Amino acid sequence: MTETRVHFYQVGSFAVGNRLLSDADRTVQASPERTNSLDAGHRACQGCGEALGARYALDAAMRATGGRLVAVNATGCLEVFSTPFPETSWRIAWLHSLFGNAPAVATGVAAAMRAKGRDDVRVVGQAGDGGTVDIGFGTLSGLFERNDDVLFICYDNEGYMNTGVQRSAATPPTARTATSEALGADPGNVFGQGKDLPRLAMAHDIPYVATATVADLHDLERKVERAMTFRGARYLHVLVPCPLGWGAASADTVRLARLAAESGFFPVFEAEHGVVTGVRRIRRRVGVEEYLRPQRRFAHLFAGEGRPDLVARLQALADANIQRYGLAPEEE
Amino acid sequence: MLQQLEGSRAVAETVARCRPEVVCAYPISPQTHIIEALGAMVKDGRLAPCEFINVESEYAAMSVSIGASAAGARTYTATASQGLLFMIEAVYNAAGLGLPVVMTLANRAIGAPINIWNDHSDAMAVRDAGWIQLFAETNQEAADLHVQAFRLAEALSVPVMVCMDGFILTHAVEAVDLIDQAVVDSFLPPYEPRQVLDPDDPVSIGAMVGPEAFEEVRYLAHLRQLDALELIPSVAEEFAALTGRASGGLLHPYRLEDAETVIVAMGSVLGTIKDAVDARREAGERVGVLGVAAFRPFPIAAVADALHGARRVIVVEKAFSLGMGGVLATDVATASPASGPDLATVVAGLGGRPITRRDVEGVLERSARGTLPRLSFLNLDEDVVARERARMAASRRSGPFAENVLRDVATGGARR
Ligand SMILES: Cc1ncc(C[n+]2csc(CCOP(=O)(O)OP(=O)(O)O)c2C)c(N)n1
Ligand code: SF4
Ligand SMILES: [Mg+2]
Repeated sequence: MTETRVHFYQVGSFAVGNRLLSDADRTVQASPERTNSLDAGHRACQGCGEALGARYALDAAMRATGGRLVAVNATGCLEVFSTPFPETSWRIAWLHSLFGNAPAVATGVAAAMRAKGRDDVRVVGQAGDGGTVDIGFGTLSGLFERNDDVLFICYDNEGYMNTGVQRSAATPPTARTATSEALGADPGNVFGQGKDLPRLAMAHDIPYVATATVADLHDLERKVERAMTFRGARYLHVLVPCPLGWGAASADTVRLARLAAESGFFPVFEAEHGVVTGVRRIRRRVGVEEYLRPQRRFAHLFAGEGRPDLVARLQALADANIQRYGLAPEEE
Repeated sequence: MLQQLEGSRAVAETVARCRPEVVCAYPISPQTHIIEALGAMVKDGRLAPCEFINVESEYAAMSVSIGASAAGARTYTATASQGLLFMIEAVYNAAGLGLPVVMTLANRAIGAPINIWNDHSDAMAVRDAGWIQLFAETNQEAADLHVQAFRLAEALSVPVMVCMDGFILTHAVEAVDLIDQAVVDSFLPPYEPRQVLDPDDPVSIGAMVGPEAFEEVRYLAHLRQLDALELIPSVAEEFAALTGRASGGLLHPYRLEDAETVIVAMGSVLGTIKDAVDARREAGERVGVLGVAAFRPFPIAAVADALHGARRVIVVEKAFSLGMGGVLATDVATASPASGPDLATVVAGLGGRPITRRDVEGVLERSARGTLPRLSFLNLDEDVVARERARMAASRRSGPFAENVLRDVATGGARR
């Protein structure tokens, strides 16, 4: 009888146990050598997707650069919860300047390193969705256009969480925020045109653009490492559920991120020089409703008679993503 | 060696000799010639390894400067007017973080109404930002101040703004003695930062500071400004010893001995005022000039000392605080003892309106006759103002103010 290797996947998540992976595939977090870039002592809410995403992304970047890294942070939850001085949680060189200028500050750090002959030192800029798609968009587009040697990471929790959950251009339609209340005939956020930053980044033809979620942290780490193999502007857009802003259980952060990807509502892909080179296909397709229901920000879609019309429009957005990136599961 | 040089060129050549490592700017008149020249010097390799970054806005220009300076690079930028306002959040931030960026401000009016010509509204708009603000009287001084600016900035961890009058200085060609590279090198040591982004010694910079420490942090910034009051004169003296030129310092007193009437002013208009004072001195009047070279930190004690004995002080300034009056004048008043001289403010030169020697002599005459009001606007066309006021009184929809005034001026209803 021939021997077959059995892989044990976690029921429901399809996540494979770390011990079953080859050394090269193991998460950075499994190594005692990890930096703990974002260490204990921060004040993020329980289950904060942003804290999780930032820790994995930066530890991966630290490994990829051999510890030669400087991070520039925009104002926002990540900045505020990480530096409740005297207890900074950062174990890496870290600078916060303003809300809208992190890309330009990162450019400045990179320029200084070049001028000083320290090309080995790499720069990561990071911001929330507000600091990226809204107030920081001008400086980010400038960074892309000049192809400055910076990896910019957006931790997208789909709203201005630090200031109390207001709408950003990354807030999905119908979502309740403090500035898009679930009131009136069109409750929650409007159906606008959206501001699809990964595609806008691709339109700049920069070397590398990728999306990821905190449901697949291996994928996130791999993309950070891939990004670090390029010189020039790189952009990583990470979906990071926010229990507080989304009205979700702290324990559901990873599950919601997975449902966002598995419903097609948040497409996970990567692109090089403006061309999509890989997608993370859906394993087991779910309707958007399964993703929306556990979140209080969408409660008005399901209360009483509910708003099946609006849910259908959201489903159409997910379907369009699945179509655009070819995300449908293999068997479909 | 004296050369005929445009002010902007003289500044660019001097900044180049300061060996900047990152230059980043966004074009705006009348600053453009400075950054164009530096851009070319980086491009042809003369400034290697300096990086020149073309950014998409002034907000980015100052932000790139913040990043570069925090990473330990000697950093330079330049702007004016709208550009300064567009970057203002980052202007405060650079000072708050204590980053020794040096910036040339080619002083220009602020719109609306849009106006590209010189006055000091832009510099006054950021006087509380925590930057050292030095005002140049001549192109020679503008150039020299940049060397001193880097020295001061880096010694104190405070950004320095060198203010030079737009067009009047930036675009004027006059004889300038460019400083020798060797002199700069002996005067300006390589930049040794107090705080730096270094992977080998990681620190967090820019943390949230709450009420438990904010006041102390801000007070420390104030103390560094007060330290600058000591350092600015000593740096200027050292510079003078090396070059023989009296550039910089806190104040430029002129014929103050026994002066009963003193005009206080900043920038290039001092030349005109000195000419007027010379003329009045010939006529036997006891008049003098006090040029303020360092506006921030404001040298209160030195101003008080210089004005000691004056009976009348006239502040001629190219900016004002609407609904209040003079800005420089308010500081001068703070420096004057309560029982001190009569103080009059003359707002002049707004949006590039010329200030002539005759104008200044007229001011001195009115002051001597006792007819100079506490606040006046030089060469204000009362007639034009009255017409617009009448239009406004006559009809609610009187239309846009500036355009009405322009029409009156163009149709000869105005200045005769
Ligand atoms: C110029 C400016 N405008 C507004 C703010 C207030 N502000 C601080 S953080 C923030 C929201 C941040 O949202 P995002 O970037 O999405 O990050 P999050 O907190 O959601 O992680 C806002 C509006 C500010 N600090 N600066
Ligand atoms: S509000 Fe949201 S993003 Fe901010 S710390 Fe809490 S969970 Fe994280
Ligand atoms: Mg956000």
